[in-house]
Amino acid sequence: MLLVTMVIVSLLAFAAFDLISGSPAEIMLGTQATEERVAELEAELGLDRPFPVRYLSWLAGFFTGDLGTSYSYHQPVWELIAPKVGITLCLSLLSFLLIAAVSIPLGLWAARRSGGPLDAAGTVLNQLCMAVPPFFTGVLLSWVFSITLHVFVHGQFPDMGSDPGGALGYLFFAAVAIAIPRIAMTVRMLRSTIQAEMRRDYVRTAISRGNDRAGVLRRHVLRNALVPVVTFLAQTMAEIVAASIVVEQVFAIPGLGRLLVSSISNRDYPVVQAIVVILAFWVVLAGTAADLINQRIDPRLRLGGAS
Amino acid sequence: MKKRLLALLLLTGLLSAALTGCGGGSTEQASGDGQTANGSAGARAQTNEIVVGIAQDLDESLDPHKAVAAGTKEVMFNVFEGLVKPTPDGDLIPAVASGYTVSPDQTVYTFTLREGVLFHNGDPVEMEDVVYSIERCADDSEGTPLIPALSAISDIQSDETTLTITLAQPDSEFLSYLTLAVLPADYDGQDTAPVGTGPFKFVSRAAQDSIVLERFADYWGTPAELDKVTFRIIENADSLVMSLQSGAIDLFSHLTTTQAAQLGDDFQILEGTMNLVQALYLNNAVEPFSNEKVRQALCYAVDKQQIIDLAFDGYGSPIGSSMYPAFQKYFVEDLTDYYPYDPERAMELLAEAGYPDGFTMTITVPSNYQPHIDTAQVLVEQLKAVGITAEIQLVEWGTWLDETYTNRQFQSTVVGVDASNMTARALLERFTSTAGDNFINYSDSDYDALFAQVQTAADDDARTELYKEMERNLTEHAANVYIQDLADLVALRTGLEGLRFYPIYVLDLSTVRYAQ
Repeated sequence: MLLVTMVIVSLLAFAAFDLISGSPAEIMLGTQATEERVAELEAELGLDRPFPVRYLSWLAGFFTGDLGTSYSYHQPVWELIAPKVGITLCLSLLSFLLIAAVSIPLGLWAARRSGGPLDAAGTVLNQLCMAVPPFFTGVLLSWVFSITLHVFVHGQFPDMGSDPGGALGYLFFAAVAIAIPRIAMTVRMLRSTIQAEMRRDYVRTAISRGNDRAGVLRRHVLRNALVPVVTFLAQTMAEIVAASIVVEQVFAIPGLGRLLVSSISNRDYPVVQAIVVILAFWVVLAGTAADLINQRIDPRLRLGGAS
Repeated sequence: MKKRLLALLLLTGLLSAALTGCGGGSTEQASGDGQTANGSAGARAQTNEIVVGIAQDLDESLDPHKAVAAGTKEVMFNVFEGLVKPTPDGDLIPAVASGYTVSPDQTVYTFTLREGVLFHNGDPVEMEDVVYSIERCADDSEGTPLIPALSAISDIQSDETTLTITLAQPDSEFLSYLTLAVLPADYDGQDTAPVGTGPFKFVSRAAQDSIVLERFADYWGTPAELDKVTFRIIENADSLVMSLQSGAIDLFSHLTTTQAAQLGDDFQILEGTMNLVQALYLNNAVEPFSNEKVRQALCYAVDKQQIIDLAFDGYGSPIGSSMYPAFQKYFVEDLTDYYPYDPERAMELLAEAGYPDGFTMTITVPSNYQPHIDTAQVLVEQLKAVGITAEIQLVEWGTWLDETYTNRQFQSTVVGVDASNMTARALLERFTSTAGDNFINYSDSDYDALFAQVQTAADDDARTELYKEMERNLTEHAANVYIQDLADLVALRTGLEGLRFYPIYVLDLSTVRYAQ
């Protein structure tokens, strides 16, 4: 399944480039492009071959571990992206963990306190958080924590290898910017699913048998309410990856996002292909993980379950 | 089922393991090791290094003969040198050559190789390296040579210390082409690990992240003041200002006036020029711009000073032809006001041309150049005043190069055209009717004739006069609506000094130093 998805994604990315205007050769030559120089360079890069041939040769290379050479940097693609894969995956994972760790307790709390003035205030705050775009939060966070409080040095991303702590600290602020609107969404969702669940018959029965509310909530309601939330969280992985592309620019983090954007405008196909496939793999993996977690939470979802 | 589950779990585990230290990172706090703004900048002063911000990565070959982007040449100017090199005053001084002579008829150039010049890899520069570098740029076996003007060379003679280049016809500008980088003859790593003779040597490049240069200790001339320079790529405008304020970068050129205004006492703002010809370039081959009167009407309708005042806070030098003021030798000052702002005259001309009610036009602007977008927005308002409805079409740089520049499918466009070397030819040859890069389709037989005369002009004075005539021709026929040479604002951290501006697009860091 995973593999088929990846192949389809890569084919789509490849086809998209065939449709948009602008040839890599023209961009490489810039204002010095003449027709014959462009033709020469296209032949050199193998761009004069028909679409299916180019795609198949790329696919063959991909399965043998050869991602090709970047047109722009004249370097093997893997060498180029390897140091960045870790940064972007770390950023998206950090954002994801942040969302999960903050929104689930907060959602539970919000569901229990529904109704009061605090709840109304919470709803407003929630709406607000949902509405702020990550780049704005990013600028704000940088302003407060870097320019004013000097907690980190904006624009000076520590090296992952020699200073992983510093790098994670830097990524933490970017992750907060990505996480805030998604935490708000998850809290809202969890709150409403819990409330819907609380009105169900089994809850009333459980409470009438003398169980306390908190216990019922923890032991029975949460399990049922979590299934749609986990599915939602998995879907946010794709959004997190998309948001990290923007946030990397705002925080000047040298991750895949910036390279992806610049490679698209440079029509550096080999690099774009590789990054798209890696990000797609990451998103599909998150989806699969969510399915598995849901099956753990709710055994009914297991198909032909063995355990 | 269970197996699949296990496999996936393993895969997830593997991935998390790959992300060093990422597990449980959610509670990780910023290390807060006391690195304050002044702290990180101060630490660099101790180690005698600086960080320079650049808006675009050097995302192409680093081979100086192949690199085309202005941004790449700007940075790599610190790494490479030719037989001669430019000075901030616009002169050419000997570099890898220790001296040169030119025959009276300007056809024979004789160079003496400087003794003791070393490449960054430690090898001495020998005559064969020099000859290899020149021949590589002049090679036309695979179509157009890398530097087309070098095809004028009819003979190269050399011994160990002397190089004699003979030209088929005289060319007083020939020397400026010999700023081409001298590279080691038998080295094929220039694309990614360039080796030159300049005051800085290349250390590393990380895509979309940084480029590192270090002082070349064995440089033949005055060594660079700084030990190390890191160029950090910061594309986002907000991030750039914050990186300056947070202390992450010490120098940034090409600031906008708004950005410059946001910086406090930590920075000095220096003003230079961008050295490019910003204009509303008109496609002379399409209606209605094929009509000279329409083009002249546009020139009268545009108020250059207002553009500079509104969009650039008054920073910028108005121009009237394809030449910028820093090229003092060729700049014709009176052309700047050849078409004074006169909307009524513009409307008269439009009526004469058969457009009494104006017309609708499209201005194509590459979306990655904010100054050009800002300019176009003011232009739209100014043109509205004479009855012309202009619409801005933003396109990606790649699309601009493809459709506007190469295929010439456009009506008008706002961009800046620069000179690839320090010659008037670099700016003016493109408007001859057969030039491959004549993207505005300018076609004027007088202009072509003037350029033909330049080629055979007897001396430099005559040549300069002819170039000035060519500029006048462009202005009189209103080839384009010339606007300005943009101001180049540079932020330099307080405590640093010695930055010099050039009449070409380079950033010379060899003289930048910490004040004592």
